[in-house]
Amino acid sequence: MRPFDYQRAERLEHAAQLTGEPDTLALAGGTNLVDLMKLQVETPQTLVDIGRLSLGTIAEDGEGLRIGALATNTATAVHPRVLADYPVLARAILAGATQQLRNKATTGGNLCQRTRCYYFTNIDQPCNKREPGSGCGAIKGIARIHAVLGTSPQCIATYPGDMAVAMAALDASVEIASERRSRTVPVRNFHRLPGDTPEKDNVLEPGEIITAVTLPAPVGGVQLYRKVRERSSYAFALCSVAAVVDLEEGRFTRADLAFGGLAHKPWHDPRIADLLIGSEPSLALFDKAADLLLEGAESYGENDFKIPLARRTLAAVLCEATGVEP
Amino acid sequence: MTVHLKQDAPDNRDVLDGTGQGVIGAPLPRPEGLMKVTGTATYAAEYAVEGCLEGVLVTVPVTRGEVLSIDEHSVLTMPGVVAVISDERMTGRPAQGMAGEAPFQPAQEVCYWGQPVALVVADTFEQARDAAKHLAMEWRSEDAPIDPASVETEEDESTLQGDLAHAMAEAAHSVDVVITTEGHASAAMEPHAALAQWNDGALTVHASLQMLKFNRAELADSLGLEEEQVRLLSPYVGGGFGSKLGVSQEVVAASLAAMKLGRPVRVVMSRQQVFQTVERRSETHQRIRLAADAEGKLTGFGHEALVSNLPGETFAEPVLQSSQFLYAGENRLLKLDLARIHRMTAGSVRAPGEAVGVQTVEQAMDMLAEKVGMDPIELRLRNIPEVHPAKGTPFSSRKLAECLREGAAAFGWEPRPRAPRHTREGEWWIGTGVASGARVHFVEEAKARVTLRPDGTALVETDMTDIGTGTYAILGQVAGEMLGLVPDDIEVRLGDTDLPPGSGSGGSVGAASCGSAVFLACQGLREQLAKRLNVGADELALKDGFARWDGGEKALPELLGGEPLECTGHFEPGASTEDLTVSSFGAFFAEVAVNRWTGETRVRRMTGAFGFGRVLNARTARSQCLGGLTWCIGNALTESLLFDPVDGHLANCDLAEYHVPVNRDVPDLEVLLLEERDAAASPIQAKGVGELGLCGGAGAIANAIYDACGARVFAYPMTPDRVMAAMESSRPPSEST
Repeated sequence: MRPFDYQRAERLEHAAQLTGEPDTLALAGGTNLVDLMKLQVETPQTLVDIGRLSLGTIAEDGEGLRIGALATNTATAVHPRVLADYPVLARAILAGATQQLRNKATTGGNLCQRTRCYYFTNIDQPCNKREPGSGCGAIKGIARIHAVLGTSPQCIATYPGDMAVAMAALDASVEIASERRSRTVPVRNFHRLPGDTPEKDNVLEPGEIITAVTLPAPVGGVQLYRKVRERSSYAFALCSVAAVVDLEEGRFTRADLAFGGLAHKPWHDPRIADLLIGSEPSLALFDKAADLLLEGAESYGENDFKIPLARRTLAAVLCEATGVEP
Repeated sequence: MTVHLKQDAPDNRDVLDGTGQGVIGAPLPRPEGLMKVTGTATYAAEYAVEGCLEGVLVTVPVTRGEVLSIDEHSVLTMPGVVAVISDERMTGRPAQGMAGEAPFQPAQEVCYWGQPVALVVADTFEQARDAAKHLAMEWRSEDAPIDPASVETEEDESTLQGDLAHAMAEAAHSVDVVITTEGHASAAMEPHAALAQWNDGALTVHASLQMLKFNRAELADSLGLEEEQVRLLSPYVGGGFGSKLGVSQEVVAASLAAMKLGRPVRVVMSRQQVFQTVERRSETHQRIRLAADAEGKLTGFGHEALVSNLPGETFAEPVLQSSQFLYAGENRLLKLDLARIHRMTAGSVRAPGEAVGVQTVEQAMDMLAEKVGMDPIELRLRNIPEVHPAKGTPFSSRKLAECLREGAAAFGWEPRPRAPRHTREGEWWIGTGVASGARVHFVEEAKARVTLRPDGTALVETDMTDIGTGTYAILGQVAGEMLGLVPDDIEVRLGDTDLPPGSGSGGSVGAASCGSAVFLACQGLREQLAKRLNVGADELALKDGFARWDGGEKALPELLGGEPLECTGHFEPGASTEDLTVSSFGAFFAEVAVNRWTGETRVRRMTGAFGFGRVLNARTARSQCLGGLTWCIGNALTESLLFDPVDGHLANCDLAEYHVPVNRDVPDLEVLLLEERDAAASPIQAKGVGELGLCGGAGAIANAIYDACGARVFAYPMTPDRVMAAMESSRPPSEST
């Protein structure tokens, strides 16, 4: 860990101003950032503690719900409105990390969680995300947990979180504030693909602070979060599916699906809903949905299995949601 | 006085069964348990020593090569930095278990990626950690083999008897299968740590170590000191599992720094350093061949394995250890090969050999049972050999058949040939599996001093360690049983090389070896007490603090007359096991659920039945077995060291990515302790239990996976991808997932 300056932001404007400075990072729950600082993966000169800002409220937002950026994962997962109207979100959060970590981790911090790639977290290995231009160790290395969708020759890392996958299925939005402006970005567009700039995980610019995530009006339906992993807790997803699905008269009327563990961002492909809506659920249809999902998928040896695994997990979730017998 | 026994003959007297205090074997709690769970037991790094400096090991990202120069001045101007230690006595590898001499030196000769080569010492840990990352070094690197399949191998051991190939060709039923296992980490909770102090030519080190008498010799040899100049203290050890058998790099580095600087120095390895630099269990590539007649009687048994280690290391994962005698078969071929590669040191991780060597045989036995069309327990029972199949030596004691039968009854095993895919609950296929278990028995020379204090209480002292196993409890119980004292009246002091040298904790030797030393010391005390009373030692009864003999009774304080009475017990292994096969045995039963879609496997319940001689404490013995069963789950399903194919570095070097089972992975575990007495194993008729619980059980889980979903997986750990692929290939074409 490099020595660093610690500042506490008392007001949002102050936080935005401070985090606009070079080599400055915002500290919220610290469950990811502090670990990475210990490993010297993150070496900020200044940490701006935003933990005292009044951003922890979970409140009604029209018919929807506004989750403050500093609301803890635990607070969100047990919130009565979340449990009643957005159960996929509660399930996704509870599928992640451990109770101790969820008690500290925040909404905004979780969105900004960095990849678990072994080469990213080892500063003696090449990694274009950590050190642009140094190369990618994973492509020819241990790529078991890596992406199969939207990769680039520069980076095959995944976004590791669960919460954001559910938020992508729910089509939630991220509220972002800075000194100059406020803006709202759909969760589906918040994270980015690595391309030639894998060092940028998401669209957040220096000096921008996430203030909240807003969930649209509830849509009901069957809401599932399915996370595939080697052990049953405290493990990142090999593949996960968040599903918000509804049927009327035996046909899909809603099929909002998002996928974790497959890409540098929670993966959402609108073509899948287009395919499913209006159709009768069947194994053959689910297979077609998987064809769309995995079109262009590329694997790197060790993670070849993720392609059939994604297909099977999608089928499992849709079978459970629709009652189709495999 | 000293009572010395070199055990050359079995001891059938079962003395501890006739003493009458009734504490031996009792499920007593650990005397130090409350301290451990309330954080008041002090571990190596936790001593508050005034003026203590903090050291951080510096590692190099080179697979093989040499450090040419270290620029101390690159960090000496940084805040708080006191020194850079790059003494040629620094060790780059840990000592192997019971080495008793310095591990490979100098550290600057690099043999694996991430090898520690220097130590940065500063006023605070944070300063040292930062400076360690800034230390400028020059090195040269050279190509190095890192894949065991890429090098010529050397033969480590082999047993050849009859003609296995012929037996296979003639067999009514046969199995020929290759099964692989990946590397394992010990993953002890307490990271490796040392706090060294150098005063007037005497070195005192608080460290986290398993076998102090060996460690003292290793450290002294590393430093060029006499053993008498070195004192090691390890009263509490937060798990070792083999990784603390020998001194590792932090102990030597902290000592060198303390000697050079004349100030106390603490070195605690980071979790990543523990994973990357201490030791690994070798990956294995195993071929099992079984030949059987129409009734399932084995006519041939083959077990070949390839393991790896660094050049210069003598240790080779002894995969075949129990295969030598577990099952019959007159035509035998057992062969262990070793590949020299540049991954970090391979050494003892809990139950070296059997922890990966039994489960593969047990999978092959399951396949054979299916071919014969027989209940897999019946197949095993039919093939328990009367004597060691190669040496012809009888077994000193063996509860294998009883473990299989009584374990089956407790588990609710349905005796039938296996027919997979019989039960499904929603998305989950449910199945059960069985495996035998075996772990060879060792004992090691041990001394312990027992003092009867004037107040009638007793003090037990040895440098033996308690690595979480229950040594404090069981040594107190042996003494209590022999001296007629309740455990509250016995104090046990451990983990200090100023005390008589015990066996150390490793290879499951501790309980039988140190227990025997305490037993012998107490025998000496009983003789002295009897002498005072002019009665024969066997006419003296000691119970509840009183000495009783024909016609008399005296409280111990009265008998002692204000003076302490002391005796040292000295146990040495002798010829008692020479013409015998001595091993612990067990049986494992597992029920698993396999997800039909994803291949995720969850263990729903496990039963283990174990026979390991006398049970000294039913609670701590059971606890060892529970730990073993938990290791079976990790071994079968999740644990795997991932080595980079380019430079051989260990990729998953923390507890988030090296997947030991979490609470939710571990269901209700049932343990049956089948008491027996093994007269040859030790004077207290006890064998080892610390490692038995993981010797074979992963095979029961593998067999249960097959019973559940019809997938035979031939690679451990059986992660979702592997199970999914095996389900795909095993699926009859007419069926869907």
